[in-house]
Amino acid sequence: MELIMAVAVGILFMIGVYLILSKSLLRIILGTSLLTHGVHLLLLTMAGLKTGAAPVLSDKAEAYVDPLPQALILTSIVISFGVSAFFLVLAYRAHQTLGTDDMDSIKGDKP
Amino acid sequence: MSNLLVFPILIPLCTAVLLIFLKEKVQLQRFISIVSALLNIAIAIVLVSRIRADGIQTLHMGGWAPPYGIVFVGDMFAALLVLTAAVTSFGILLYSFGGIETEREKAYYYVFFNFLFVGVYGSFLTGDIFNLFVFFEVLLISSYALISLGGTRLQLRESLKYLLINIVSSTLFVAAVAYLYAAAGTLNMAHLSQRVAEAGQGGVLGVIAVLFLIVFSIKAGLFLFFWLPESYSAPPSAVRALFGALLTKVGLYAVLRTFTLIFIQDPGVTHTWIAWMAAGAMILGGLGAVAYNDIPRILNYNVVISVGFVAFGLAAANGDSLNGAVFYLLHDMLSKGLLFILGGMVITIGGTDRLKDMGGLIKRYPLIGWMFFTLALAIVGIPPLSGFAGKVLLIRGGLDAGMLTLSLIGLGSSFLVLYSLIKIFRLAFWGDEPEGERSRVNLKGAAAVSAALLVLIILMGTQAEWVYSYVSQAGDVLAHPELYIEAVMKE
Repeated sequence: MELIMAVAVGILFMIGVYLILSKSLLRIILGTSLLTHGVHLLLLTMAGLKTGAAPVLSDKAEAYVDPLPQALILTSIVISFGVSAFFLVLAYRAHQTLGTDDMDSIKGDKP
Repeated sequence: MSNLLVFPILIPLCTAVLLIFLKEKVQLQRFISIVSALLNIAIAIVLVSRIRADGIQTLHMGGWAPPYGIVFVGDMFAALLVLTAAVTSFGILLYSFGGIETEREKAYYYVFFNFLFVGVYGSFLTGDIFNLFVFFEVLLISSYALISLGGTRLQLRESLKYLLINIVSSTLFVAAVAYLYAAAGTLNMAHLSQRVAEAGQGGVLGVIAVLFLIVFSIKAGLFLFFWLPESYSAPPSAVRALFGALLTKVGLYAVLRTFTLIFIQDPGVTHTWIAWMAAGAMILGGLGAVAYNDIPRILNYNVVISVGFVAFGLAAANGDSLNGAVFYLLHDMLSKGLLFILGGMVITIGGTDRLKDMGGLIKRYPLIGWMFFTLALAIVGIPPLSGFAGKVLLIRGGLDAGMLTLSLIGLGSSFLVLYSLIKIFRLAFWGDEPEGERSRVNLKGAAAVSAALLVLIILMGTQAEWVYSYVSQAGDVLAHPELYIEAVMKE
């Protein structure tokens, strides 16, 4: 299971980095989103997968899953959701004002 | 346990939420912001004196004793930074009354201003590394809003880059936290320090340390600063002052905290990296400051130099250099805030930010000119002013640690700072005024704010002995992490 997760994280990172390196703004935003999700899976995997029962108190289970990583991932998902939303709005506004979504033609000294 | 620690975060948070409902009432927004900023300064003073008397204060959120819950820790270092940030932000707040257009003020400027400080104070006071990430994000999201507020072409273009670089570095931050949690099994910084000490900092933990170093260096503008000069040039000068004075310092605080508390077992690797990066920041920042001819860029490269200079204190890592780093950090927050305010005033009265199109301003605005000159001397480190004590301590610590080259680079960068600031003074204030009518701008309010900040800087220099007694208590915690660990892990 860890192996599959590792491969999934790797693929997400790969696609994310590839998209971030492209010219179109929309692709870059999608890239950052995928990168963040890769990190969330990484966080889940790093804390250990499937080590016991659900972290709810009961008499039967001997071992419990560590609930902390889930809390961390939840926080991180919320943050990345907010940032992505802001980034999309900013990109839309930039497209309106600058007239392009191509990072190459945005750069330069033009005020 | 001391509930006092939560107030620096709670006050700006409540203020910001309140201000959302007062969108159109700019005067009321200003008044409430002033009250909340003054309240914050008062709380910070109480916090500092409490820590002075009773040692490190901790607060366990929700009653969960460490290492399980989130813990807030106020040591002298954090408290002094909170106090200085509160004072600087008060100055910048007053400056922004005249420096920000009413449209921007109505577009929730003060709301974001206050939310930014939730993040800044939170980062200083938290004792939990994931919580540090959360507060970083709070301050970053507010800064995204502030940097793009107004939506000019330049702002939009630069804020896109700023966003991208910060999202990627935050992602790496979470990845680093994930690896650290896997390796050490805890997130509490004091507990992490113990665990890392038990496990030794070879192999995996060394890599994690370097990953943290990269993340924080991107945020602090330490060597990996290539995004900084352009991004910080885009917003209006009040926002620029906020960013230049405070944002990089939070990254720097994170570097100082993690590498004096958690990753201290193997300074051969990490501190050598920090030393190299400090040297790079000082040299390249200095060259950048000399190379450019417009005020925002010169000032932004000066931010990079000072970040390198504080990091040099961390690299040397002995008592003197850590005290010096704390002292210089406090001086730098105040003086960079004032520098950007004065720079903004020069741009306003000169009507342009290009130095070539300015000149002769000293005839009409002698006070601003001489304040700028005094501040330049303070930043370079001329004795009675505040930069001197920090610089002496840093250089002495550096020489004690046998870092002759770095100390020389530090001294050399001071000359580049001097040259770049005097260049502004010479080209903007001396010489002939360019042709054409210039409208006279009323800057009495801004000048009063700058004068007050300048007095603080002079006092900090002449009363260095007194300031040092506080700074050395802060430096003690950095030099002896066991004090911090004991305070957090007791009970």
